[in-house]
Amino acid sequence: MIAALLALIGALLVLGLAAVAMRRSPLATKLVYGGALVLTLALFALAAVALASLGAGAREAALPLGLPWLGVHFRLDALAAFFLAVIDLAAAAASLYALGYGAHEPEPGRVLPFFPVFLAAMNLVVLAADAYGFLFSWELMSLASWALVLAQHREAENVAAGTLYLLMASFGTLALLLGFGFLAGPGGDYSFAAIAARRPEGWVGALVLALALLGAGSKAGLVPLHVWLPRAHPAAPSHVSALMSGAMTKVAVYAFIRIVFQLAGPPAWWWGLVVLALGGASTVLGVLHALMETDIKRLLAYSTIENIGLIFASLGLALAFRADAMGAAAALAMTAALFHAFNHMLFKSTLFFGAGAVLTATGTRALDRLGGLIHRMPSLAVPVLGACLAIAALPPFNGFASEWLTFQAILLSPDLPQWGLKLAVPATGTLLALGAALAAACFVRFYGLAFLGRPRSPEAAAAVETDRASLAAIWGLAVPCVLAGLFPGAVIDAIAPAVQASVDARMPVQTGLPWLTIIPVAASRSSYNGILIFLFITASALTVAAAVHRFASRAARRYRAWDCGFGDVGIAAQYSAASFAQPIRRAFGSTIFRATDVVEMPPPGATAPARIRQSRIDPVWDGLYAPLVGFVWLLADRLNFLQFLSIRRFMSFVFLALVFLLLVLAVWH
Amino acid sequence: MALIRAIAIQGLEMALVLALAPLLTGFVRKLKARLQRRAGPPLLQPYRDLRRLLGKEVVLADNASWLFRSAPYLIFATTWVAAALVPTFGAGLMFSWSGDLIVITALLGSARFFLALAGLDAGTSFGGIGASREVMIASLGEPALIMIVFTLALVAGSSQLSNVALFMLSASAGLRVSLALALFGLVIVALAENARIPVDNPATHLELTMVHEAMVLEYSGRHLAMIELAAFVQLLLYVSLIACVFAPFLLAPVHASAADYALGIAAYVGKLAAGGALLAGFETATAKMRVFRLPNLLGAALMLGLLATLLLFVSRTL
Amino acid sequence: MMLPLLDTAHMLAGGLVLVSFMMLYQDRLSALINLLALHALVLSLAVAWQAWIQNAPELIITAATALGFKAIAIPVALQRMIKRLGIHREIEPVVGISATMLAGIGLVALALVVMLRTTASAAPLAREDIALALSVILLGMLIMVTRRNAVSQVAGFMSLENGLVLAATGAQGMPLVVEISVAFSILIAFIVIGIFLFRIRERFDTVEVQALDQFRGERR
Repeated sequence: MIAALLALIGALLVLGLAAVAMRRSPLATKLVYGGALVLTLALFALAAVALASLGAGAREAALPLGLPWLGVHFRLDALAAFFLAVIDLAAAAASLYALGYGAHEPEPGRVLPFFPVFLAAMNLVVLAADAYGFLFSWELMSLASWALVLAQHREAENVAAGTLYLLMASFGTLALLLGFGFLAGPGGDYSFAAIAARRPEGWVGALVLALALLGAGSKAGLVPLHVWLPRAHPAAPSHVSALMSGAMTKVAVYAFIRIVFQLAGPPAWWWGLVVLALGGASTVLGVLHALMETDIKRLLAYSTIENIGLIFASLGLALAFRADAMGAAAALAMTAALFHAFNHMLFKSTLFFGAGAVLTATGTRALDRLGGLIHRMPSLAVPVLGACLAIAALPPFNGFASEWLTFQAILLSPDLPQWGLKLAVPATGTLLALGAALAAACFVRFYGLAFLGRPRSPEAAAAVETDRASLAAIWGLAVPCVLAGLFPGAVIDAIAPAVQASVDARMPVQTGLPWLTIIPVAASRSSYNGILIFLFITASALTVAAAVHRFASRAARRYRAWDCGFGDVGIAAQYSAASFAQPIRRAFGSTIFRATDVVEMPPPGATAPARIRQSRIDPVWDGLYAPLVGFVWLLADRLNFLQFLSIRRFMSFVFLALVFLLLVLAVWH
Repeated sequence: MALIRAIAIQGLEMALVLALAPLLTGFVRKLKARLQRRAGPPLLQPYRDLRRLLGKEVVLADNASWLFRSAPYLIFATTWVAAALVPTFGAGLMFSWSGDLIVITALLGSARFFLALAGLDAGTSFGGIGASREVMIASLGEPALIMIVFTLALVAGSSQLSNVALFMLSASAGLRVSLALALFGLVIVALAENARIPVDNPATHLELTMVHEAMVLEYSGRHLAMIELAAFVQLLLYVSLIACVFAPFLLAPVHASAADYALGIAAYVGKLAAGGALLAGFETATAKMRVFRLPNLLGAALMLGLLATLLLFVSRTL
Repeated sequence: MMLPLLDTAHMLAGGLVLVSFMMLYQDRLSALINLLALHALVLSLAVAWQAWIQNAPELIITAATALGFKAIAIPVALQRMIKRLGIHREIEPVVGISATMLAGIGLVALALVVMLRTTASAAPLAREDIALALSVILLGMLIMVTRRNAVSQVAGFMSLENGLVLAATGAQGMPLVVEISVAFSILIAFIVIGIFLFRIRERFDTVEVQALDQFRGERR
């Protein structure tokens, strides 16, 4: 099975090379995306079969590549299979979407070669079973996505985003490299099996946790390492944005689970505390940024930070439970994390595809220039609404099911003995609840401004429905959003082997319970039945609607909007993106973002327009990165003289460095 | 046979909720008017309003989409289903296990989501005002409610509302600091979510103060009737929720006899009347707050919820 | 049988914390003073309850003092004072209400953790009562440091003192003499602050303590 997987991944790499060769051909777009679609669908099917059939077992393979005496090890266990399935479902949908969307690409030669390589690299990271293969694939993934971010390199903003991304990605890889170094120890056996057998203790584990948080967290967009994400993700073409947000962040989650849960040895209780705190902070900061953002793709990218925060909060809970040997609770929290990772891939990809379709139809990403698309793009409006409901964690959609599991895990945590956790868990619970409510507000704003109301620009008024391939991809991910929400028990059981592989415990079997209910702990504690709730709502809505139309009235007339008698005061009088966010901005923004509004009101009689200027800062950027950048500049200034030394002096530096290292060696032994 | 009986009781509960909801609102309006030395509308006025609205033709805004037309039914259905999950006169009804307190909270969130979207659909300025204020209120009210749910779930060892009510009914509940905090927070949330004073004034159309009314400004005829009915049901839901957790006496237990249910229904009507009277008295005595002072009030509810949960995390007896 | 008794004691102590929170959040002066009266009322109830369950009739005197002085006399005096001073507007807190509330939550958590961790061996009634009392004291201090207005600082001070009394009664056996002397010192402090207030008002036309800083040549 793993041989077939590797062959398919190899085919993806070959496809990337072939794309270079045929980049001038007009058929290249169709061929590359079509090929990627077929290959990723096959990968998805294999991964799904593996997840269902592997159980606690694993398949291994070694290829004589890379460093001559090491080779590259690959291993497919249930955890890897789950993430492969997530990645390849997103990849298949993105390829399908790109069959239509790719036609609008101005320079396909800058996208086509890197796209299959990016897909292959993500798959390889998950399959890698030694540090060398892992880091190589990780770096390949970073570079391929960086090239894709720079696809539209003529915009200065994108170039800046690409540079920042490259910097953060290199930093993350460096952190992971160091982490693996500590894990492997002086023995230097970098295969995961050897590392796991060593079971590092004490400070090594803690150091590895910190480095994993830096490495995987920076790729996932965990606060405070998130600054690159809302700039880089939207800069790429929309199908790549969807992959970066929907799939690549999941690769980072996978890396975190693999390193911290399996390789870093037994966790200390405070590991969970750190991860919980970072997750909670990411949730609220991400969604607040999203609420105030006016660029649709950037809004979605900020919302990714929120969802990653939610996943990491669940992982933190799982770590805490695991440290205190509460297996069932750890399994519940881990299930919630993996389930949400899967869900986030589904709805965030759908939303990015939708944003891409809106972008091609209207040529703009600004919320303030959209509106009324529900009339112009009816087939797009329905799945996007579904994805909005799902991401806002509303029943009976899948986002609610996974969030509900997280809350159930929180309700189990008063049994944790440590005081730090006793205080941190309810506080994180508040942050998660706040994040969920703000996410609902955020997606009312997103959908209400982009799809409802009257068009705010001529482009929006002239929008036409997007192409069939794109629509097929969007519907293809939106429908599973509903299905996973209606049958959460099936999903929980499907990911149970992956949970078992990561925390050595699993949730009770859910399929077979009467009425397809899910019962995470015990029937007397809590239960949820998505399908029944859905049927109740549908049945009551339809019955009532039918009864009203049958027995009361069915007449309807179109007329000008009432608007409290003001009549038609023009399209500009509609609520705008900034005005919708204003109450929340005032409630939260003034303390967290130091949001300020400056109103310039010209004196009566003056012809100058009145203006309102709004500004907000990212506290993380100003508090952490700006000083860091300043320090680097200062250092660069101070070290500038090094560039103008004589050769003799350069030589003496090299010589001194050599002597210093020899001295260290002498002292060390 | 038992199944048919269970379904019948569940059906009775849903019908009762629907039948009593307008009456509760009418009662509050009447009592409030009397307290302010006005005659007030008759007790049954909400029923008449509904009947009249249902018979009227709908006037749709030019720009209204299918979402605008289907939202009233969805809002009503989600609210009604949420109300069906709250034990009113008896615990452990047929479908009470299909969702717990978190689900009830989220169902109300769904209704609000559609309401806010409908407010934006016609493309008017008032709809936008209402929707943006509503989501601001909800963004603090909903987490406060979740924290209160956590408190109740931790005290009772279950997040199923039926089990919570049965636990409160049992002797082991006792007095707890965290429950007092939760009650306080729940009352604030209930006032905010039902657009009551001091958060919103249900009796005004003044643009600077209104939240809920601004959102439904474009609705007319049967659509408005559905929205109004959903609002009535939601008020009833919150009163029932507070009653079944903090005053669960005479709640019919699982598999109760017909006499128990009759007693439960009588007690339930009494509880509703008491809740309505308290609400009317409170609204008469309080002034409406400025919109931008609301985050403080709701933030206080959120903090109370957090404090209550925190107490339970650190000590099992508080 | 013992459990409901303890529960009620906790309940009243928790009620005191709740009222402290309401004071923290309140931004109108007269409402703040009403809450102060409520605070003292809850305190007298809590003390009376302790008198009953501890069989300590001398605590009844403490409860009566709390009721008479703190719940009636001082609030009435304060209300008259703000009427005479002509200050009825909203209080300007130094930091935002939400930040203050967050700080309050943090302080309560701190009090609970410190008390429950350090006194693991003590009787549960005393432990949790004292933890709540410490919360009240810390919240009182927070009210004092986050308000600019001298009258609201008095209110914070009074609530802090209530917390002390609660702690003392919960600890089973603070001598009455100590209690009375504390009460008297509070009274003296109150009178001094009252006179002080009028003096500030005469001189600076305001009771914002910020004016004093400006007078001393400091920035705020």
